[in-house]
Amino acid sequence: MMHKALFVLPGVGFILLAVFLVRGLFLDPSRIPSPLIGAPAPQFNLPDLGDPSREVTNLSWTGSPYLVNVWGTWCAGCREEHEVLLDIARNHELPILGINWKDQRELALRWLAELGNPYSAVGADLEGRVAIDWGVYGAPETFLVGADGRVLWKHIGPLTVEAWRDEFLPRLQGQGG
Amino acid sequence: MRLRGLCLTVWLALSLPGGTALAIDSEAAFADPAMQARYENLNRELRCLFCQNQSIADSNATLAQDLRREVRDMMAEGRDDADIRAFMTARYGDFVLYDPPLAPRTWLLWAAPGLLVMIGILAVVLVIRRRARNLGDETDGLQGEGEP
Amino acid sequence: MIPELGHFALVLSLLLALSQSWFGLVGAARGRVDWMRSAQTSVAGQWLLLLLSFAALVWSFIQFDFSVAYVANTSNSLLPLFYRIAAAWGGHEGSLLLWALILASWSAAIVAFSRQMPLPFRSRVLGILGLVSVGFILFMLFTSNPFDRLIPAAPEGRDLNPLLQDFALAVHPPTLYLGYVGLAVPFAFACATLLEGRQEVDWARWARPWTLMAWLCLTVGITLGSWWAYYELGWGGYWFWDPVENASFMPWLMATALVHSLAVTEKRGLFRSWTLLLAVSAFSLSLLGTFLVRSGVLVSVHAFATDPSRGLFILGFLVAVIGGALTLYAWRAPALQAPGGFAPTSREAFLLFNNALLVAATGLILVGTLYPLFMDALGLGKISVGPPYFGVAFLVPMVPLLLLMVFGMHAAWKYSRLGVAKRPLFILLPVALLAAVGLILAGYDHFSLAAFAGFGVALWLMGSSLIAPWQRRDRWRSLPAGFWGMTLAHFGVGLFTLGVTGVESYRIERDLSLAPGETATLMGYDFRFDGTREVQGPNYAAVEGSFTVTREGEPVTVLTSQKRLYASGGNPMTEAGIHVSPRRDLFVALGEDLGAGKWSMRLQYKPLIRYVWLGALLMALGGLVATADRRYRVQPAEEEGARA
Repeated sequence: MMHKALFVLPGVGFILLAVFLVRGLFLDPSRIPSPLIGAPAPQFNLPDLGDPSREVTNLSWTGSPYLVNVWGTWCAGCREEHEVLLDIARNHELPILGINWKDQRELALRWLAELGNPYSAVGADLEGRVAIDWGVYGAPETFLVGADGRVLWKHIGPLTVEAWRDEFLPRLQGQGG
Repeated sequence: MRLRGLCLTVWLALSLPGGTALAIDSEAAFADPAMQARYENLNRELRCLFCQNQSIADSNATLAQDLRREVRDMMAEGRDDADIRAFMTARYGDFVLYDPPLAPRTWLLWAAPGLLVMIGILAVVLVIRRRARNLGDETDGLQGEGEP
Repeated sequence: MIPELGHFALVLSLLLALSQSWFGLVGAARGRVDWMRSAQTSVAGQWLLLLLSFAALVWSFIQFDFSVAYVANTSNSLLPLFYRIAAAWGGHEGSLLLWALILASWSAAIVAFSRQMPLPFRSRVLGILGLVSVGFILFMLFTSNPFDRLIPAAPEGRDLNPLLQDFALAVHPPTLYLGYVGLAVPFAFACATLLEGRQEVDWARWARPWTLMAWLCLTVGITLGSWWAYYELGWGGYWFWDPVENASFMPWLMATALVHSLAVTEKRGLFRSWTLLLAVSAFSLSLLGTFLVRSGVLVSVHAFATDPSRGLFILGFLVAVIGGALTLYAWRAPALQAPGGFAPTSREAFLLFNNALLVAATGLILVGTLYPLFMDALGLGKISVGPPYFGVAFLVPMVPLLLLMVFGMHAAWKYSRLGVAKRPLFILLPVALLAAVGLILAGYDHFSLAAFAGFGVALWLMGSSLIAPWQRRDRWRSLPAGFWGMTLAHFGVGLFTLGVTGVESYRIERDLSLAPGETATLMGYDFRFDGTREVQGPNYAAVEGSFTVTREGEPVTVLTSQKRLYASGGNPMTEAGIHVSPRRDLFVALGEDLGAGKWSMRLQYKPLIRYVWLGALLMALGGLVATADRRYRVQPAEEEGARA
């Protein structure tokens, strides 16, 4: 005959499973952390959105921290976060480099004219190669790059005041920025 | 709706991520059937991160198309499968691979099938041995038959 | 007004479910016949009220009542009547109401068809079903009310997801739920047995037909889902190891193990506590599946709109039901063990291996499905586990299982007596292998070892399942229905294996672009693209491409594929064109307009794919035939008082 204690095993196993499931309820399975954090920021050259004959590259920006924001006129969340970006540009002396992802030039330029331009420079990533290099999988996404050129943080989804305050500022201050 | 207008709308709509339209390249990526098969297999292994659980082979989201293009270009440059997977995981993490990596943290996952089967077989063998012993002690008149 | 009535009926049904539970369980514990009888009346009442509630919901859909939030979310003024009705279970809230209705229906069926069970036992079964019912109705009333009003009413509905606007929506969820919910019946039988504390030896015999019915419904439900995904999702796949698919497959595997284990318990009174554990586990996996699909814990194409608060409620329900049942098991099952012996190659032994391998398969699918969650919860990062893993992992228990099946079918009870079937089996093996080679050479353009092995096993299995009928061909009429059911089901497994091997080894997909008049060739079939035209549907506008298919000059068929844009917005949907034949499916899907009349498209050649579903349906049919076995027929009603 089976030892009485063995009969408790299924119940114990189930409790363990339930513990994981509770934990799982408070995680978001679709938010993917970036493997770029801590690594040097990928370098890119993109045609300038306004003047395609000029180049926009983040190479010239190393030495002090900056933000990279991936956006498109087709993306509803980008509209949501636009005010926050304008705010940051106005108040925080932190340059924002924009990557216009898989968009149309005329639409993007009109958008910036109408809603305001928080970007120090905008590159047009028509083919999406730069976005892939940065591990972008949906817009908007915002990256914080430190003075040493390493990616400090990636925020997925519209940038909110709370996110700026709780995720970006502490890391920025850690830089002495 | 005029055909042209419909086409434009369809095209624009297809340009948006997350479409449920079919993931189709406009032609086979490689003339060589072995390369083409390799390309298709790789696409099935890579996850479309924007979609709700589809590979880049099955999704027509813009990101999926772009990633397929990257796979094509890398294969054309002569890079091997491991390189291509490394490219993807460097940017997107292990999440992008449907074939989980073989690492200490996934040891249990890969060992599970073999382990479970072995434990099961072992348990059954132990039970059968005991029951076969019991058989020797039994005297009921059951005549075995093959009927359920 | 009608939605309020529906809501009210739902609340009343909760009260009746509570009374069903109370009078069923406490009545049996105290031996009060009047209480036990009233539990049965509660079942009837609950069923009626849930039917009314469901009818009210369907009515709201038919009448375009967009003041009901659920209707506004899943319907639209252009939605055809057929889909409006099916949309009632197209979303989370409505599907729960269907769950509850089906649970009440199974309970009602037990009242109607189980006169031969002693009243206390029957009452306990109903009591437990009542508790499950209470949980689901509470869940609806507190977090997922289908009758919530939208004030002000929406001017237009958001529409039923176009992917769901298909005939299969009418049959796949209901059948699937019949299966999921039906597993509550053996669960209730098991709990009732554990509660009684002593062995009602017949419980296995009573439980078996109910388990078979639930199992076969689940088989059909899953098969319909697979078939639907194949033609609707447009990429010709029939199984993706998606978490929601796995959530339905795990209870199915357990239920299959249970059906086999019940055979041993019924015949020889052995494996009692193991069978009880299986019965509890099968339904537990059903409930777990419900949780996984509706809580947002896993990412899936099938998942309902999610909400952590709902997840918490279901999890609480799960802990209560499963935790309660497993505690009961730990407490009572040790006393129910029985002595008994059998030989190493007896039927019992084979069935033990069957169970071990099926449970191992369930376990590995559970591990694979939950591993990403497990790693994330431990902060080890995020990974994905998909078809490349499952495809390989699943074969580990399955290949031994199929091989053991070949022999196990012929094993005798208690004694090692494979003798009479041994010769035919060993003759069949080379025949099957030769046939496999023949099949490959005749049908396909290259040899694959995996295909050879798969075809070989499949054909051997099919042959093996026919040996017993052949050997008994002089007395077919006297063979019980259970025998024929078993034969059919096992043959179905072989056919299924044949289909899967064929389609996985020899399918061909080709992406290309054609201008009207151009032709592409695939496996000897010529596909000529004949251009496109515009088509108007009731709630969509489409571009339809047409293809003339010929083979060696002989016409085969004309296929059409549509690219649809629904009026309610959203992304375009592809409807594929499929030509069916016994040897293969031909599959075309229209891609994009590349300009100048040229279109991209995907052509597919899918050999033997129909046998995947035909095999599964034969399994289900086998189950159905087996329930007709005479020994399950309802006995004349006994004096209930005497058995109490």
